[in-house]
Amino acid sequence: MSVDFNIKIGGEAGQGLQTISSALAKTFLNGGYNVFVSHFFLSRIRGGHNFSEVRISDEQINSKKNSVDLLVALDAKSIEHHYDELNEGTVIVLDINSIESITKEADDVSYFDVPFTDIAKDISGHKIYSNSVATGAIVGLLCYEFQYLADVLTRAFESKGDDIVQNNINAAKAGYDYAQENYATQCYHMVIPKDKTTNKILVTGNEAIGLGAISGGLQFLSAYPMSPSTGAMLYIADNADKFNIIVEQAEDEIAALNMAIGASFAGARSMVTTSGGGFALMAEALGLAGITETPVVIYLAQRPGPATGLPTMTEQGDLQFVINASQGEFPRCVLAPMNPKDAFYLTVKAFNIAAKYQIPVFLLGDQYLADSSFTVPIFDQDNIDVEHWVLSSEELDEIEEYKRYLITESGISPRALPGSSKHLVCADSDEHDEYGHIDQTIENRIKMNSKRLKKNEGLVKEIFPPLEYGSNDSDITFVGWGSTYGPIKEAVDTLTKKGYHVNMVHFNEVYPLPQETVTSILKDKNSLIAIENNATGQFTKLLYSETGIKISQSILRFDGLPFTADNIIGKLHDMEMI
Amino acid sequence: MSKHIQPQLFDTNQEIEWCPGCGNFNILKALKRAFTELEKKPEELLLCSGIGQAAKLPHYINSNIYNGLHGRALPIATAAKIVNSELTVIAIGGDGDMYGEGGNHFIHTIRRNPNITMIAHDNQIYGLTKGQASPTSNFGMITKLQKHGVINRPFNPLSVAIGLNCSFVSRGFAGNIEQLTSILKKAILHKGFALVDILQPCVTFNKLNTYKWYQERVYNLDDEGHDPHDQQEAFRKSLEFGDKIPTGIFYENKENYLNTYEQNVGVDDQALTKKSDDSRDITALMLEFT
Repeated sequence: MSVDFNIKIGGEAGQGLQTISSALAKTFLNGGYNVFVSHFFLSRIRGGHNFSEVRISDEQINSKKNSVDLLVALDAKSIEHHYDELNEGTVIVLDINSIESITKEADDVSYFDVPFTDIAKDISGHKIYSNSVATGAIVGLLCYEFQYLADVLTRAFESKGDDIVQNNINAAKAGYDYAQENYATQCYHMVIPKDKTTNKILVTGNEAIGLGAISGGLQFLSAYPMSPSTGAMLYIADNADKFNIIVEQAEDEIAALNMAIGASFAGARSMVTTSGGGFALMAEALGLAGITETPVVIYLAQRPGPATGLPTMTEQGDLQFVINASQGEFPRCVLAPMNPKDAFYLTVKAFNIAAKYQIPVFLLGDQYLADSSFTVPIFDQDNIDVEHWVLSSEELDEIEEYKRYLITESGISPRALPGSSKHLVCADSDEHDEYGHIDQTIENRIKMNSKRLKKNEGLVKEIFPPLEYGSNDSDITFVGWGSTYGPIKEAVDTLTKKGYHVNMVHFNEVYPLPQETVTSILKDKNSLIAIENNATGQFTKLLYSETGIKISQSILRFDGLPFTADNIIGKLHDMEMI
Repeated sequence: MSKHIQPQLFDTNQEIEWCPGCGNFNILKALKRAFTELEKKPEELLLCSGIGQAAKLPHYINSNIYNGLHGRALPIATAAKIVNSELTVIAIGGDGDMYGEGGNHFIHTIRRNPNITMIAHDNQIYGLTKGQASPTSNFGMITKLQKHGVINRPFNPLSVAIGLNCSFVSRGFAGNIEQLTSILKKAILHKGFALVDILQPCVTFNKLNTYKWYQERVYNLDDEGHDPHDQQEAFRKSLEFGDKIPTGIFYENKENYLNTYEQNVGVDDQALTKKSDDSRDITALMLEFT
């Protein structure tokens, strides 16, 4: 029997939703399932109503599901807010003692009371263990093998000592047993562990970008904390000492990008992490990297703007901004990962492209990708190549005269580092001559600006074509970019199973666009529908300006939430496309 | 002076874009002398600057240079130093560049304490934009923009730096090359963040703070037996700016806790680029995600 089971855990900030969802996710991951974990939280430390969702499937999933199969309610609002999402027969697990009042009747759903707090106190002596009781009760209701949960709890708490580990396991086991003894049919929904044949890991987009940066040779990270990008900075900081990486919390984003550029000029592979608002402050320094031809990687995790907007929610609203930011014209590259697997490899690629073309490269993610946990195959390190594109001291010793901005056929000037030889390295934010000194003459301006833009010709050849998926002979083609890959792919799969002819073309390397390749892929497709997590169709506009391909139909979402396959299919119905 | 290295080693063929008589010429001269006397080689130097007339100085010294954005010399210099601690890194700019546009970096670079030298050509006026008030302009000074006189109180870089327990705080005067050279040498040799604020007459736009105006007021703290390790006394001296203006080394922090930024992150002994290698195995990290 195929499994696609969605557990929602609701409660206030600070109640430990992420502790429960993380333990559940790993419990099922280690039993061979694909797991997808997403979070909805408000920008606050305590209170409010937040929720996490753990979706378990034997299919590869990269997205949320609309309907809920099991609701764990840690507060009354969890029931009120999510009642309409429940399937018929859905069980709501709750501790009746800790819920003020229940306003919804148990018509098509049923309540299952588990005294989390009382069990925690009885078994392990403190209410702090009630989340482990709840986690155990959920695993029990699914009649899943307890040992997987015990192993996860052991690893989660082993740094805190054997007593804490045992208290958590005991509490979870008591919850597990309570559920099995008291639920009418013992099992609410049977989920059986599968053989663990593949090496899968459960990572967020932020963590995957952190792993990609470490693997890709990152040496210097400067950033000012900003949701939803901070997780990447934190992950790298946690592992910085092992790999001689310096992580600097800058006084502001202006300093952050200037520092990354200074570090890169001196020879370190450098990056910043930020969101749209922080990047707005970096706009001038972006141009500095452009004119001084200094490699730098900018990870921008988008959230809805303008200004502070919705700090903890998602949107693809900054694409046109990153492509057009900063005064003047200079080459840049924008990569938009589809999921954490893609994020890992694209991060490595971002560093290599930045180094080769001596340009700023963006990794454009969003809160959905940054904070959700995806099940992905363990990353393959054999294909990781750290390319520096820097002249060695030996090579420099053989050069008689060095010019940092030597005019070349490709536009790329051989790069030397200051202090690595007798040759001096001069860089200037003013228009400069080949040596890097100020030169305001008209002839020089034309020469230098053309040289920088010439790099675009090589750069565009580095861009991979978009991913094509689904039926060759289709009536409808979805066109998306970045993190919407998961929900769009699931929509294609679902519709295909129902007999519709649909496919998708998905862009993860979005700028510059290779015009001929893209045109040849899209020109013969029937009914293109753009799917974007923004209000104005920013990629649709980019596609038109770069290739002349016009997409007139679109499904846009800008309420701060990510797409699901159900949303997309629902919209198609509304549009009378299916 | 060294037999092997001559001051002309630091000359460049760049056309100097300063007004005749500008205080910047003497600062340039003093800096070249300091490098010569310290036996520095051009390739060991990295001169970082922002934008303004002062910020053009790196082009006039034969060295590695990074002439970046207005106000942002310090973040560039700090990061370059931490990546390659073997470089002698100097950040150069005017008062508008360093204390106005870059004011936030000035504060936080002092807190970070990288082993770099910051040179502020402090002429109390904006030159490149032709004569508006700067953060250090005297209260009441009339400019073509501040027609009723400057109404903001002047920024006092020295008292801010001393208040932040800055590692090394000094003031030179462009009219005294000998003293300025000596201050610059001490600042460069000092291990930690060293501030050298330099009184620099602007002959074109500042008709108030002229050579004569400064000459009548400046005196050398050394002549008074000032103790640069006394923070409170240094602070008191930093407030003196009127009929008498002290110059010299105000404050030198000798406290043990004040390690440099490079020491604090463990790259003091060797350049980061030489430490880091490319063969990074992340297998153990990935297994944490099961």
